[in-house]
Amino acid sequence: MDKRDITLIVNGSPSMVSVEPRKLLVDVLREDLGLTGTHIGCEHGVCGTCTVLLNDRSVRSCITFAVQADGARIRTVEGLANGADLHPLQDEFWDKQGLQCGYCTPGMLMRACEIIEQNPDPSPEQVREGIASNLCRCTGYQFIVEAVCAAASRMRGDEQRPHQATTPTEAKA
Amino acid sequence: MKPPPFRYAAPTSVEEVLGLLAANADDDPRVLAGGQSLVPLMNFRLAQPGFLVDLRLVEALTTLRADGDVLVIGAMVRQSAAERSPEVALAAPLLAEALGYVAHPPIRNSGTVGGSLAHADPSAELPAVALALDAQLVAAGPGGTRAIPAAEFFRGPFTTALEPGEILTEVRVPRWEGAGGHAFVEFARTHGNFALVGVAAMIELDEDIVTRASIALSGVASTPVRAVAAERTLAGTSADAATIEAAVNAAADELSPAGDLHGSTETRTDIARSYLRRGIKLALSRAQDRR
Repeated sequence: MDKRDITLIVNGSPSMVSVEPRKLLVDVLREDLGLTGTHIGCEHGVCGTCTVLLNDRSVRSCITFAVQADGARIRTVEGLANGADLHPLQDEFWDKQGLQCGYCTPGMLMRACEIIEQNPDPSPEQVREGIASNLCRCTGYQFIVEAVCAAASRMRGDEQRPHQATTPTEAKA
Repeated sequence: MKPPPFRYAAPTSVEEVLGLLAANADDDPRVLAGGQSLVPLMNFRLAQPGFLVDLRLVEALTTLRADGDVLVIGAMVRQSAAERSPEVALAAPLLAEALGYVAHPPIRNSGTVGGSLAHADPSAELPAVALALDAQLVAAGPGGTRAIPAAEFFRGPFTTALEPGEILTEVRVPRWEGAGGHAFVEFARTHGNFALVGVAAMIELDEDIVTRASIALSGVASTPVRAVAAERTLAGTSADAATIEAAVNAAADELSPAGDLHGSTETRTDIARSYLRRGIKLALSRAQDRR
């Protein structure tokens, strides 16, 4: 079957990949680009663990063909930390025990990222409503909501924009 | 699962889209909008189109503008963009409210207004809204362009008046004059899931008298349906509690939703009754606030 050359700007770095049109974005990220942080769950858009940011908006990468993302900026969980420095969201998920098995975490973090970027001061209710798109079967969500609120508060206090994606070189530096 | 192989094109004009659909007519061609219903179906291999025409680069389908008293929404306008749009909030607040019930934000970031209408899921929100607002659905095909009234567009579950080789290009939503109140309410087992019953209601008042009522339901039949009996019961009255009750009963008497494991016919009819009451009351109170 014919392949198509597409460009994905993943976590700030452009990548050219040759893909079959039927290949899902999540599979290109994981198999072609080796970014296995993004998980595959239900494969029909229900569970949210495959959530990535496409041009700063959360999307389900399991029901998006990679060809649909040609030329787009993609952010994945790998783009959150700056080298060894965890993103405030990651740090607070750790601190507040916002995860147990960790399967939903990459999607949860990226969705939380979008929530905070759209509203730097979300109420716990807004966070709860916002993450309703993502399923977690371990935590009962309480600690996730606490972690997102704590991260938002830290990010406001630091007067920093949410961490922008870095290239691997920058990350090492 | 993963989809079987298919051929793919991403043209930039409606003419090219129609040309590709015609040229590949023997290969079960389908158009791809946001893909939030089609791609899951393809992952399950319930849909196996041989040729996929991606509409994402067709700029003509992304328009969102007021054309006199009509709100024009291009078929490829993302649901989240319509939800945030000041034009939609002003001209069609019913649509804006209903969009908040469509799945979850990450789905609405990709999903399109036109895609949801053309998919014609009987429990989806937007078809009921189009019906309640008497929207015109504009289709382009080999024979030219035609406007299809929403009342004639939805033909059955996942079935519309679109002919093979034809695509939905835009939705034209007439704006209500005067003091109108809107309400979209629905019942779903889980937040963001498909609704068992949805109610889209518009009520217009002159002083205390209902001059116009438009009510549509989703989830209770193979297509969205207008609650004509309820509309007639409300029209010309002051819509007091007894009249609202009569309207609710008149609408519910005409329903016979199919039962399944999520709810029997009786349960669904009861829920419809309850949500009709809520929808009518909310639309009425908003119309009163705007007088």
